Amino acid sequence: MLKIIDLHATVEGEKILKGINLEINKGEVHAIMGPNGSGKSTLAKIVAGHPAYEVTGGQILFEGEDILEMDPDERARMGIFLAFQYPVEVPGVSNSMLIRQAVNAVRSERGIDELDPLEFEDFIEEKLKLVEMDDKFLDRSVNEGFSGGEKKRNEILQLASMEPRLALMDETDSGLDIDALRIVSDAVNKIRNSENAFMLVTHYQRILNYITPDKVHVLINGRIVKSGGKELALQLEEKGYDWLMKDQLVNGEA
Amino acid sequence: MSTLSEAQAVEVAASKKYKYGFKTDIQYEDFPKGLNEDIIRKISEIKGEPEFMLEFRLKAYKSWLEMEEPEWPNVEYEKLDYQEIVYHSQPKKKPKLNSLDEVDPEILETYEKLGIPLSEQKMLAGVAVDAVFDSVSVATTFKEKLKEAGVIFCSMTEAVKDYPELVKQYLGSVVPSSDNFFSALNSAVFSDGSFVFVPKGVKCPMELSTYFRINNENSGQFERTLIVAEEGASVSYLEGCTAPMFDTNQLHAAVVEIVALDNSEVKYSTVQNWYPGDENGKGGIYNFVTKRGICKGVNSKISWTQVETGSAITWKYPSVILKGDNSIGEFYSVALTNDMQQADTGTKMIHLGKNTKSTIVSKGISAGKSQNSYRGLVKIGPKANGSRNYSVCDSMLIGSDCGAHTFPYIESKNNTSSIEHEATTSKIGEDQIFYLQSRGMSEEDAISLIINGFCKEVFKELPMEFAVEAQKLLAIKLEGSVG
Repeated sequence: MLKIIDLHATVEGEKILKGINLEINKGEVHAIMGPNGSGKSTLAKIVAGHPAYEVTGGQILFEGEDILEMDPDERARMGIFLAFQYPVEVPGVSNSMLIRQAVNAVRSERGIDELDPLEFEDFIEEKLKLVEMDDKFLDRSVNEGFSGGEKKRNEILQLASMEPRLALMDETDSGLDIDALRIVSDAVNKIRNSENAFMLVTHYQRILNYITPDKVHVLINGRIVKSGGKELALQLEEKGYDWLMKDQLVNGEA
Repeated sequence: MSTLSEAQAVEVAASKKYKYGFKTDIQYEDFPKGLNEDIIRKISEIKGEPEFMLEFRLKAYKSWLEMEEPEWPNVEYEKLDYQEIVYHSQPKKKPKLNSLDEVDPEILETYEKLGIPLSEQKMLAGVAVDAVFDSVSVATTFKEKLKEAGVIFCSMTEAVKDYPELVKQYLGSVVPSSDNFFSALNSAVFSDGSFVFVPKGVKCPMELSTYFRINNENSGQFERTLIVAEEGASVSYLEGCTAPMFDTNQLHAAVVEIVALDNSEVKYSTVQNWYPGDENGKGGIYNFVTKRGICKGVNSKISWTQVETGSAITWKYPSVILKGDNSIGEFYSVALTNDMQQADTGTKMIHLGKNTKSTIVSKGISAGKSQNSYRGLVKIGPKANGSRNYSVCDSMLIGSDCGAHTFPYIESKNNTSSIEHEATTSKIGEDQIFYLQSRGMSEEDAISLIINGFCKEVFKELPMEFAVEAQKLLAIKLEGSVG
């Protein structure tokens, strides 16, 4: 589904990604772990098409198609979804307006009839249950005055509504209390199926207790230094990142 | 980006330029350029006006001669030569007003291009249109239906002829002819406009709508509007305008007066889309307008809602004098400037009566190299016990070459009253746009959504169809401004 080949990227002239190779197949959940500043959030944003990052080399293929020249909205309509680490406030725009437009953008791309406001009401009701949110959320301005946990649940609500092929979750677990973490994880487990895929970017393995990954990759200093199964996450929990950082130093700068 | 796609991009951009920039070919019976007493007498004579109108005009002209063009607005432009302006023009083929079929087909075609639905559909939508084509009203619809309700809605020229007593009583009663430089000029030479009179206890059965259009190069447009709501009456009035594209600046110095008696309510909504000039600031309309209402009676209410997107220069402060006890004044404004546009706009709320209330919501959006100023005065008089004002002024900047300015003036002479003022400035962010794009929306749709969210409090005050039009207009105006 997603194939990243030797990806290099910079922001404001600074090298952030230094040759990432990654392949995610449908039905899989991959966790991208690493210390702060390792480039893992950057990776998620670049796949989604954030304009602040410049790709200086390599390729990103989605369903076999090179997406690097595509605008973020084209990628979104193709089925790539980014759950933001810091969801953005949009004053004056109701959550329901945003989600309905988002859902209809994807539907029209897929050749499915768009939802009118009444049909949308039925549609969203199911999705709200998934993240245990009240329908009052729909009338509020997008993320304005939301608590940290509410913002993250709102991201998952949007994920559930847009039904992406590939969901990129950028530190969704950060700032969540244990109940919210459970709600978010349960929702992801329900959405997860044999046709879609997830890339979980996380600093801690805590969320992986709830969402079992198929693969775990450790990203340090712009490179994937180690990949493994779910047990790698536990190893990191126990030993931290230092031992892998030493490895990297031994390998030296290429 | 390849050469081809660049060329295509330019073509696409060019095709989106001012879409109402065409000129209809109609012959004009023009006056010579310039202004003097003879010109004013001739205007009055052509219109067949009674003596009191001529006196009104001459008196205004005399005060105008002694006045100076104001320098205090935060705008810069080359001063006009008032002797280079043609002060009266009208289409040569005078249309008969019996039915639309008799109106000059070219004029109807212009309306068609503008998308003015001067037709049965409008009636279904419950809107009567008094169309102003240059200086002369060419068609007035639904007059009969309004007449049944007792509402007078006609051109100012007709009003002077048919209702001279009402005109004499109210014209210049809110904006005295010597009020300011531009209102004096307007009072001297005004060509036409609308007159609305809603008698005691009548709720106007439909929204009243007028479209303005400048169509003759170098002909000043001096509209005059007067709205009177008697005791317990109510009316909602819509004004919208577009203009064709020209290289020389055109002056638009309109005056609008509103009088609200006891327990009456007047709502005045504007979408202003005059030609703003090109991206280098060449051409465009000078929009120097005086709009003022007086809540003369107790419990009366005047509400101004404006969406200002056009003109090279906008200079305009729709105001309310709150004279009657418990009266209410409202001002809701969206002012958008792009390229080289300059706007200095806001309101004045003058609290004279007891327990009077005013609300000001101003949303300024600046893009390109434009300058956008809010200027507002809240004045509370010594007898205005228990009066309240609430103001919020928000500015949004798009790009880094534009400016937003706020000039709030507060004068309170009564310590039982309260005034609240809030102001914010924000920049439309890359992150906000990226967030919405990652939800499948194009960049343009994303910007449009953010802007509409920003202006929501104002748009909800507009009549439904106007609100939809206004949202689309903002999107068109901002195309290509971000990124």
